[in-house]
Amino acid sequence: MKQWIRQVLATALLAVALGAMAGISWPGMASAGEESTQVAAVPAPAIPEAKPGTECVRDPEFMRRNHMDMLKHKRDLTVHEGNRLPEFSLNECIACHAVKGDDGKNVTIADSRHFCRSCHDYAAVEVDCFQCHASRPEAGDTALQSSPHGMNVLALSEFLKGVQE
Amino acid sequence: MSCTDNKTCTCTPAGSLPADGEASPGIEAGRRAFIKAGGAFATIALTPTVTLMAFGGGKANAAQESLDPKARWGLLIDVAKCGTGCSECVSACQKENGWQDTGHPETDAQWIRKVTVKNPKSGAVAELPVMCQHCDEPPCADVCPTGASFKRADGIVLVDKHLCIGCRYCMMACPYKARSFIHETLIDQKPYAPRGKGTVESCTMCVHRVDRGEIPACVESCNSTGGGAMMFGNLNDPQSDIAKRVAELTSTQLRPDLGVDPGVHYTYL
Repeated sequence: MKQWIRQVLATALLAVALGAMAGISWPGMASAGEESTQVAAVPAPAIPEAKPGTECVRDPEFMRRNHMDMLKHKRDLTVHEGNRLPEFSLNECIACHAVKGDDGKNVTIADSRHFCRSCHDYAAVEVDCFQCHASRPEAGDTALQSSPHGMNVLALSEFLKGVQE
Repeated sequence: MSCTDNKTCTCTPAGSLPADGEASPGIEAGRRAFIKAGGAFATIALTPTVTLMAFGGGKANAAQESLDPKARWGLLIDVAKCGTGCSECVSACQKENGWQDTGHPETDAQWIRKVTVKNPKSGAVAELPVMCQHCDEPPCADVCPTGASFKRADGIVLVDKHLCIGCRYCMMACPYKARSFIHETLIDQKPYAPRGKGTVESCTMCVHRVDRGEIPACVESCNSTGGGAMMFGNLNDPQSDIAKRVAELTSTQLRPDLGVDPGVHYTYL
């Protein structure tokens, strides 16, 4: 007898719950479709444009996936072997991707508009580089105002081979 | 003489030391030639792919792809010319590498400092700059547990701060007290001289300048506004001015008895 009552109650509860869920989800699904779920999520970062007239060593898709490995490889080449070529160096990234703040000066990593932070905040990946490295180009340093890199394919493939090792 | 304002400092030899002319015959002429030679001094083809301007040539030098493994970069310091109270080298290093005074003298970094030495018997006093001595057998690298302290193939001793865990064994091991630990969070470091809390650092012999064919900031300022007491060059190249000078003058290293073979040599000490 008691078991019969329990079964009825459970079924009723399930029906109410399903009804409630349907009540919430139906209007949204019907009106805006997939887009409404995007609005509720974290907005995609507004990634600042690089300095006009500059060209990255590879396309953005590739850089998004591989910049960390490239930087790590270049760091070892620089510190231990004295490689000071501008290509792949963190200072070059910083120079091309500098973002001007309200005061007209380039912002540091402390500002959420900083190129690296705009993406790293979104991905929730902490970036440690700037505990030691300068996060903006030094004022008046013309050496770092990079022109198009004009990487030749051979040099790039050599470097990427090093990255993979 | 005393020198409180670095800009007006004219460095003269300490009174107890031999006068300039007697002390270092030919040094002045040699230094002039060294500076005058400028870019024309030596464009050495090091490897088929690398051309390193040894001295001078301005800032337009092409960036290099790798260091010269045959070189042994070193310094020669003429103590007779190092002026009492002059600290041009120290302030130039501070400016170049961004480690200036933060108001905490007990923990501030010190890449180079002026040291006054006195002979207790004769009373002779001399001043000399002391920085990382860039040992051929660096004790700091021996004790480093992570491989962060290392000697480059061209003799420059560095800390790879990517590997440094801040244990400070190297500071204990260094007989010259040349290393500093960074205690505080830093911002706006120099792009070419990264420095950060929790790592050990020391004189890099201005490795970023050496790699583009320039001389260290301390040597440059000593020669332009100081006493002209410092010389930089390749000790392994018998044709270099520094190697010739080390060969012809009696120079010493600090604590040569330790057998670490510093790359910094001192004359008239």
